[in-house]
Amino acid sequence: MPFFNPSEDPGPDFAALAKMQGLGPVAPSANVDERLSITHATTVVAIRYADGVVMAGDRRATSGHIISHRAIEKVFPADRHSGVAIAGAAGPAMEMVKLFQLQLEHYEKVEGSQLSLEGKANQLGQMVRNNLPAAMQGLAVVPIFAGFDTRRATGRLFQYDITGGRYEESNFATSGSGGSLAGSVVKMRFREGLTRDDAVDLAITALFEAADEDSATGGPDMVRGIYPVIATITSDGFERVDDADIAQRFVGLLDALSSLDGGGRLPETSTETFGGAR
Amino acid sequence: MSMPYYVAPEQVMKDRADYARKGIARGRSLVATQFADGIAIVAENPSTTLRKVSEIYDRIAFAGVGKYNEFDQLRIAGVRAADLKGFSYSREDVDARSLGNQYAQILGQVFTHEMKPMEVEILVAEVGLTSADDQFFHILYDGTVMDEDRFTVLGGDADAISNRLEETWAPELDLQAVLAVAVAALAGPDRSLDATDLEVAVLDRGAQRRAFRRIERSELPDFLPKN
Repeated sequence: MPFFNPSEDPGPDFAALAKMQGLGPVAPSANVDERLSITHATTVVAIRYADGVVMAGDRRATSGHIISHRAIEKVFPADRHSGVAIAGAAGPAMEMVKLFQLQLEHYEKVEGSQLSLEGKANQLGQMVRNNLPAAMQGLAVVPIFAGFDTRRATGRLFQYDITGGRYEESNFATSGSGGSLAGSVVKMRFREGLTRDDAVDLAITALFEAADEDSATGGPDMVRGIYPVIATITSDGFERVDDADIAQRFVGLLDALSSLDGGGRLPETSTETFGGAR
Repeated sequence: MSMPYYVAPEQVMKDRADYARKGIARGRSLVATQFADGIAIVAENPSTTLRKVSEIYDRIAFAGVGKYNEFDQLRIAGVRAADLKGFSYSREDVDARSLGNQYAQILGQVFTHEMKPMEVEILVAEVGLTSADDQFFHILYDGTVMDEDRFTVLGGDADAISNRLEETWAPELDLQAVLAVAVAALAGPDRSLDATDLEVAVLDRGAQRRAFRRIERSELPDFLPKN
């Protein structure tokens, strides 16, 4: 059982405690990604709406050009009123989420009170910064953090960069290879005071459009029944949106897209220019 | 030349035990008991900030009586041990028995080797999936571990409170009923305790993950018998 002198006591900081016990992360000394194919997780998005925030992430993980996993999850509860979504090297990212969740719980148990939402966001920023040596060796992790700030009664979003820079966003945040594509979709349609329904639909559309353009982002897999993980965080806490509900919304989205003029979207290429069958 | 005094080891141990017992007896007692939906822990504690009962892990709670700074140090060490174990192995691998044994080792070590024994008595309680799987490890200032069932009482007045509980306690009471029984036993025939004297927490058997729930003082009157 760990006991410390008052001068060495790590306080409520679990990461420091784990490090003192020899369980801290070790950065590789050479670039891993150049030598081995590392599994990467891609597009995640978070949107603020009237009651809080919605977070969403596709389910694909890739190693180079190979789909290494079709059903990984990238959106996790951090604690009751916040969530974290990951993009980047999947292994270190999962480890970071696990450590972050534990960090918040550990703080709460040791101190007997919760960190503020901003305190949680800063914690995650420190973890991203601590990962910088590993990021330089090809193991970058860039999460987004969102939660319901119970003291201010509003949803809040935080985006990070690879150095641990923490940027609070007012309306939406994205990360991953398809993040900027998804972000453009959200930017076009975002307005103040979205309802839960609209926010979930917007997240679905954003992920669909990102998957349409980015090979590392997975679209809805209707054959296997694999859909993005979507969760809402409100004053009632973190809550996953039901898979059946998401499937239903995708059907709606596909119907709407295919009923556009001309029986569908513009064909991307035409074989006729090559003088094919007449 | 002065001769060093010889003190028999029996006498040393007895003196230390008396010292610890006296320290513990100065504080107020605490009851932990099974009820229909889990385990309830009721402490006599006028403070709302200095807690005697707290969460260690998903299904494990800690309670201590005696000297606050000493049992609080033990509490934090327990949280650390549990979180480290769950982090390096799995959450399922964290159990009350192992924690209880670690506490016993430390208390035993301090009792025999340090200047003064810890003036504490602690409880590690784990709620099981069925009431038969509930566990109470009651650990004394000298490292003695007692594996108890149904209910357990910590503190200087434990025997009298236990005897009162023995008469009124029944299995599968609901929360309100079990609190009434526990509070009456803590108070005894000559006193009455109300919400401002009590700290109450439960381990909820049906919880998904973190089973520990504090019943805040503001909601406590709803669960206590009306006078």
